[in-house]
Amino acid sequence: MASRWGLRAVVAAYLGALLLLPVVYVFYTTFQHGLGPVWDSVTTPAAQSAFWLTLELAAIAVPLNTIFGVAMAMALVRRRWRGKALVEAIIDLPFAVSPVIIGLALLLTFGREGWLHLPFQVIFALPGMVLATIFVSLPFVVREVAPVLREVGDDQEQAAATLGASRWQAFWRITLPSIRWGIAYGVILSTARAIGEFGAVSVVSGDIAGRTETLTLLVQKRFGNFDLPGAYAASALLAVIALATLLTMTTTRRRTP
Amino acid sequence: MINVSDVSKRFGDFTALGGVSLEIPDGSLTALLGPSGSGKSTLLRIIAGLERPDAGRVCIAGADVTNVAPQQRGIGFVFQHYAAFKHMTVRDNVGFGLSIRRRPKTEIATKVDELLEVVGLQGYAERMPSQLSGGQRQRMALARALAVEPSVLLLDEPFGALDAKVRAELRAWLRRLHDEVHVTTVLVTHDQEEAMEIADHVAVMDHGSIEQVGAPRDLYDRPANAFVMGFLGPVTRVGGALVRPHDLVLSPEPSDGAREAQVARVTHLGFEVRVALWLPEGEEVSVQLTRAEADQLELSAGDIVYVRSEPGEPAAVSASSSSPGPPRASPPGPAASRRRGRPG
Repeated sequence: MASRWGLRAVVAAYLGALLLLPVVYVFYTTFQHGLGPVWDSVTTPAAQSAFWLTLELAAIAVPLNTIFGVAMAMALVRRRWRGKALVEAIIDLPFAVSPVIIGLALLLTFGREGWLHLPFQVIFALPGMVLATIFVSLPFVVREVAPVLREVGDDQEQAAATLGASRWQAFWRITLPSIRWGIAYGVILSTARAIGEFGAVSVVSGDIAGRTETLTLLVQKRFGNFDLPGAYAASALLAVIALATLLTMTTTRRRTP
Repeated sequence: MINVSDVSKRFGDFTALGGVSLEIPDGSLTALLGPSGSGKSTLLRIIAGLERPDAGRVCIAGADVTNVAPQQRGIGFVFQHYAAFKHMTVRDNVGFGLSIRRRPKTEIATKVDELLEVVGLQGYAERMPSQLSGGQRQRMALARALAVEPSVLLLDEPFGALDAKVRAELRAWLRRLHDEVHVTTVLVTHDQEEAMEIADHVAVMDHGSIEQVGAPRDLYDRPANAFVMGFLGPVTRVGGALVRPHDLVLSPEPSDGAREAQVARVTHLGFEVRVALWLPEGEEVSVQLTRAEADQLELSAGDIVYVRSEPGEPAAVSASSSSPGPPRASPPGPAASRRRGRPG
């Protein structure tokens, strides 16, 4: 009994010191002089623009990654094709490679000196930041959905086929409902990663206040300018977005059985 | 009628089916019986269109469906592990095929209620599959398959995941259902008792080929070879022949064609008595007696007895006949069977 409680205390202390304490401290420092200064700090034009840009990036990257992730998971789990093992390894690349390197790779590919020239500006503009965000958050949906698909098996899909359902009907009516929690977790993780991304986006954004500055970049800039209260306020805003995503997902989960 | 001709299927190096031909008459209940790996499930899945044969043809009701998708074959399929749509109520599960066919809601509701009554699940319509027992889930799956009025009902080890008592109940129930509905049914099973109990025809399979097809009784009494004989019931070896233990007769006195043997063990199993004998050559023979016969002989270990096959026409095949197999006196049943050399 005693040893079990001892173990629990160690785990709680470890998690508390590592995860909870710093986050709580950020909130504490942010609000120690009341709500007013914080509100002013997060409603400056630069902060507002950063807030919306961050949401915009997530709103583009997460749906694209979700569609790609589900399609890829289906292809990896349900089909046999040449080069599958290679693709499986490549999907994890964003986990393996540092985001800064991803940013540099995009810069080399799409930049002014790069080898791929598109008719619109990619680097130091929205398209480059979208690419960077998609890149770093790419594996989450695939990695969450694939095991669920494997676990569910294809019995239900085959049963649907024998009952007359086309592939598409079977996917919408049978497969999708049975993998929805895998997708939901993938979306939560992708969103968290997308709004929290710093390294890759920082390389390709150019950090133009009011245009290509995301919340994480704003935090970094304010911190660099010794505007600590401002940095804390922006961090708190980031944390609020993350918590809101988490809450939305868990409440939708509770509503459907 | 289902007509399978010369169907082969390989999975990599493994030959699942090596040129199988089979005719399944309209309205019959046919069992594909064999040990695991004999190719019986593969054959069923090829009939359903869930698997494509490497060679050969499948016809259902006269139409060649070899290249037809399962959606268009007019079949109902029941899986061993139910394949219930877990996120749908029992009602939506059973009505799925009709809703895919865009039937009016009222028609679907009526049909579903009707089927739930047939399978004895009335009152369960609004439950989720997770709230049903295994037997109930399988009955729901059966109702779901029957809802689209298939011309052929295919069952892949439908009772394999259920416990013995439920399995026996569902077997009897399926036989009654078939007598009412008369849909051509093919059932895959590895349980010879199940096949013998409910099927009109049994196709015994081994190593990707059909060993024999016939009525259960014919197969039991006139097995084509040692494999069929051994798979359908207990066998024992006397001299060079395989005999059913209940077809052997013991007597205390020597007689024509009887062999001398020594009693090794006598086991009383209530309604029957099993006697293990040693032949002079050192072979062990198992004999099954009724209690009355055993009481009369008053056997005990060490006694000398004389053993012979029962006069008449007992099932017996030469023990070495497993390949290529003796010519059959009369082809049992209307279906054709074909023996092929075994792979490996």
